[in-house]
Amino acid sequence: MSSHSTEKFRTWALAPLILGLIGLCLFPFFARAYLVEVVMMYFIYIILAQSYRLIVTVHDWQLYHIVLYGVGAYTSGMLAKNFGIPVFMAIPLGGAMASLMGMAITTPLLRTKGWGFYIATYGLAELIRLSWLKFRNPFGGSTGIIDIPWPPVIAGIDFSDGIPYYFFSLGVMLFALYLLYRIEKSHIGDSFKAISMDPDLAASTGINIPRHRLLACAIGGFFAGIAGGLLVHRLGAVDPKLFNIVTMLYLLIWVVVGGTNTFWGPIIGVSVMHTLFELSRPLIEVRPLFFGLSMVLALIFMPGGIEGLISKAVVRWQRRNFMPTVDT
Amino acid sequence: MSSQLLIQTIANAIAASGMLALIAVGLTLAFGVMQMANLAHGHFFMVGAYTVYALYALAGWPFWWAVAAAVVVGAVLGLVVERSIFRPLQGDVVSGFIATAGLMFVFEVLVGEIWGWGLSRPIPSPYMKAFRFMGASVAFQRVIVIPSAMVSIGGLMFFMRRFRLGRALRAVAQDPEAASLQGININMMTALALSIAGGYAGLAGGLMSTIYAVTPSLGGHIILPALIVVVVGGMGSIGGATLAAIIFGFVTTFVTTFVDGVTAVMVSVTVMALVLAIRPQGLLGRVVA
Repeated sequence: MSSHSTEKFRTWALAPLILGLIGLCLFPFFARAYLVEVVMMYFIYIILAQSYRLIVTVHDWQLYHIVLYGVGAYTSGMLAKNFGIPVFMAIPLGGAMASLMGMAITTPLLRTKGWGFYIATYGLAELIRLSWLKFRNPFGGSTGIIDIPWPPVIAGIDFSDGIPYYFFSLGVMLFALYLLYRIEKSHIGDSFKAISMDPDLAASTGINIPRHRLLACAIGGFFAGIAGGLLVHRLGAVDPKLFNIVTMLYLLIWVVVGGTNTFWGPIIGVSVMHTLFELSRPLIEVRPLFFGLSMVLALIFMPGGIEGLISKAVVRWQRRNFMPTVDT
Repeated sequence: MSSQLLIQTIANAIAASGMLALIAVGLTLAFGVMQMANLAHGHFFMVGAYTVYALYALAGWPFWWAVAAAVVVGAVLGLVVERSIFRPLQGDVVSGFIATAGLMFVFEVLVGEIWGWGLSRPIPSPYMKAFRFMGASVAFQRVIVIPSAMVSIGGLMFFMRRFRLGRALRAVAQDPEAASLQGININMMTALALSIAGGYAGLAGGLMSTIYAVTPSLGGHIILPALIVVVVGGMGSIGGATLAAIIFGFVTTFVTTFVDGVTAVMVSVTVMALVLAIRPQGLLGRVVA
């Protein structure tokens, strides 16, 4: 494929992205307050799903990501409530705590393989989640923590209002996506992919596998914690039920149905599946059936996820429109 | 602590070990033969319990017939899952694992829609007597799981060592390619492994249905302890799973009795992490290069 046609295609692909961003910026001024809240959740979930994908690129599928999201939420909420730390400082601190916890869970179990690793790390994460349930002081037990401070007024803008917080979380999401994108395109990101493709070969080229797995887990954990912090200062409350295995399954569904091969997969996954989730509110009892089936069917019939289907279609379209004479 | 309470707790712990072993043995067998983990295994247990509820408590069948039916239902479910999920995804461990996670949702909703959500289904105990021993009394229902587990796990071990079919299963677990070169039909073996797994989970669910609170979410509660037992025992090792089931049966029962249930899970998870940090392949697991 000539570089000229790729360039031409890139500019083509950029247009809907910019249009989408303009749409997101205009949206809160025309939509009802409830819809603004709903869309805000998409931003949080996209950070969560994208940070999970970073760990998946090292092939460490795990079931504790949602607990790290919870660690971020609890840390940020408690720092702001009990120690009076400003909200905008508490959120990154929550991310740091989640990152540390992720490493604490992973480090002792790095030598376990495949399935053993998934189960063992999930077990250790349950230890964290159950301690929120068990220790009423300071975690509040099964009712969790309430009265978590709202964000303050800065330069005349009240961030506890819907629309300013919407733009705040949009900004955080874009910044997080930018950082994660840069990490993926960097040397480190290449090493991650090498490990997932062929660990033995990667090790023979001098990549330190345990260290890179830990690094992926630390970075992913940090952004999961940031997402948790964003959530908790909007809800104003937090409880252990938000972070149980069922929520983890929904995270898996987003990532699996969206696809994990490229950066866009989880974003598409959250956009599609969470929209279906919101639309199916009237069918609340049978909703898990639909989502469970969609995950099973996606894995069997659509291994690359929605993103895989789209990129196949794009390649076909590209061939037809930009390279009429080249035969591959 | 009175000696009466101590004996009672030991008896309960043995019964819990038997039940855990019955569930974990099937899970580890399926893992050994297919390298695939079935997260919906706990839901086979739950469906087994509901089968006994429907046939024994509602339709009035004799208890043991209902348990036998639960075994059959579990085995059929295992076969269906093997055909519909594991075979199309053969060799893809991660996808198989996640697909069965989706299956958990499916089973839970189906059972909930058929038999109702929320309240647990009351199942009268077929044996009103309690087993008395040195001043302690243990419900007969808890006692019958012990010989049942011993007979069925012993039988499985015997089958795996002495029968052609069992030896074929072990051959597939060791090296599927070499096994198929010897003329072993791999698809038949994985189907056999998963129906045995389903049958054992159904048996456990049927036997314990009178003790547990039978709700659609039962499978989700039982799967974590079972997975921990399999991982600590060494994946694919039936002996290891039995040993780990005894360890965790005792740990969970004692901590639950003397502290509380949440602490019991926390302690057993810690034990698991300690064992795996020292022996990543599990107690009796083989090291795979």
